Amino acid sequence: MRTYPGLIACVNCDTLSERPTLARGEQAACGRCGSVLLRTGLNVQHLLALSLAAAILYIIANVFPVIGITLNGAHHETTLLGSVLSMADASAAPIAVVVALAIIVVPALQIASLCWLLLFAQAGRRAPLFNPLMHLWEHLYPWSMVEVALLAALVSVVKMKSILHVHIGIGMWAMAGLVVLLIGTVHRDVRSLWVEIAGAAS
Amino acid sequence: MKALARAAEAGFIGCRVCGLVCEAGGDDAQCPRCDAEIRSRKPYSLSRTWAFLIAGIIAYVPANVLPVMHTRSLGDSHGGTDNTIMSGLIDFWKNGSQGIAALIFVASIVIPSTKIVALAALLVNAQRRAPSGSAQLVRLYRMLELVGYWSMLDVLVVALVTAVVKFRGLSEAEPRIGILYFGLVVVLTMLATLSFDPRLLWDRRARRG
Repeated sequence: MRTYPGLIACVNCDTLSERPTLARGEQAACGRCGSVLLRTGLNVQHLLALSLAAAILYIIANVFPVIGITLNGAHHETTLLGSVLSMADASAAPIAVVVALAIIVVPALQIASLCWLLLFAQAGRRAPLFNPLMHLWEHLYPWSMVEVALLAALVSVVKMKSILHVHIGIGMWAMAGLVVLLIGTVHRDVRSLWVEIAGAAS
Repeated sequence: MKALARAAEAGFIGCRVCGLVCEAGGDDAQCPRCDAEIRSRKPYSLSRTWAFLIAGIIAYVPANVLPVMHTRSLGDSHGGTDNTIMSGLIDFWKNGSQGIAALIFVASIVIPSTKIVALAALLVNAQRRAPSGSAQLVRLYRMLELVGYWSMLDVLVVALVTAVVKFRGLSEAEPRIGILYFGLVVVLTMLATLSFDPRLLWDRRARRG
């Protein structure tokens, strides 16, 4: 099959454009519908550093409590996993699966696959399972909801603070850092690996 | 960026996963770069989007009518209160957190309902023989993709609050069935958005088939 690496087809209107050469930080838009066709961001080394940092913050966010409360000397706190289990323990149980995927499983798979892909890319190599992991990444992308969970944790604090003494756990601080890393950097630049790593040996 | 030919008309297909532009071949061709199946359009896009959307509309009613969370104040041995999405929002407003109330209003009321209406409008448009493809419609679709998942906010709030408000094993807040339907609305409308192919908004069909 013939391929045309010099062309880009817009995913939103199917219009063909010539692939422009962009400087770092630039982006190209579709001439017909205005969608972003291509953008360049961080290089592999920077992405790797951020992914490894995200992995560490992810672990902290999951191990330490997100919110704690105190009332008349009684103390209780919860982790992200605790919130999933709380949903699983009631009539609304099936939704616990969605919550678990959105705030624990999907982010873990995303961060782990990114670290794996980038560690090899850093050495100029194509990681084993490159294609399946890139596909996985593409399909998981819409279902990662760490940023929504962070907002939900803040809303929960406000919701309870009128009747209880609420404290913010280390887990929430780690989530905040994780959100910055994921939104600001990792989420947008991964597709460029297809081009950068295409010809590399495995 | 001068030529505005469209890939399908020129006999090309842009791979949905890796973006490589390939020559259009058989229906089950694979992308030579990433091994994904390459198709000119998402398969059964309109039927799938309608199916997810209608299921989402059905779940929308119990999601807003049924209680999403049950709370008991401490020492209160009888009853407790059932909260719906709307009553939780009103509580925030009354307790002086108007900002949070507005935030939840957008995430839980405005986004899901707008999404349902917007998806229906996109579908109706894409089904016309000569759809009015435009940058505005694409922007609307991009918006649905970007903001849709924020509606999960209320589900996660219920999960966190019910997990933390527990004393000596006695739970003072429990999730209720409404939150399941609410979560379903979010998931179903997200699936509908993912199934929709915005390129259909630009395709002229010789005859509807």
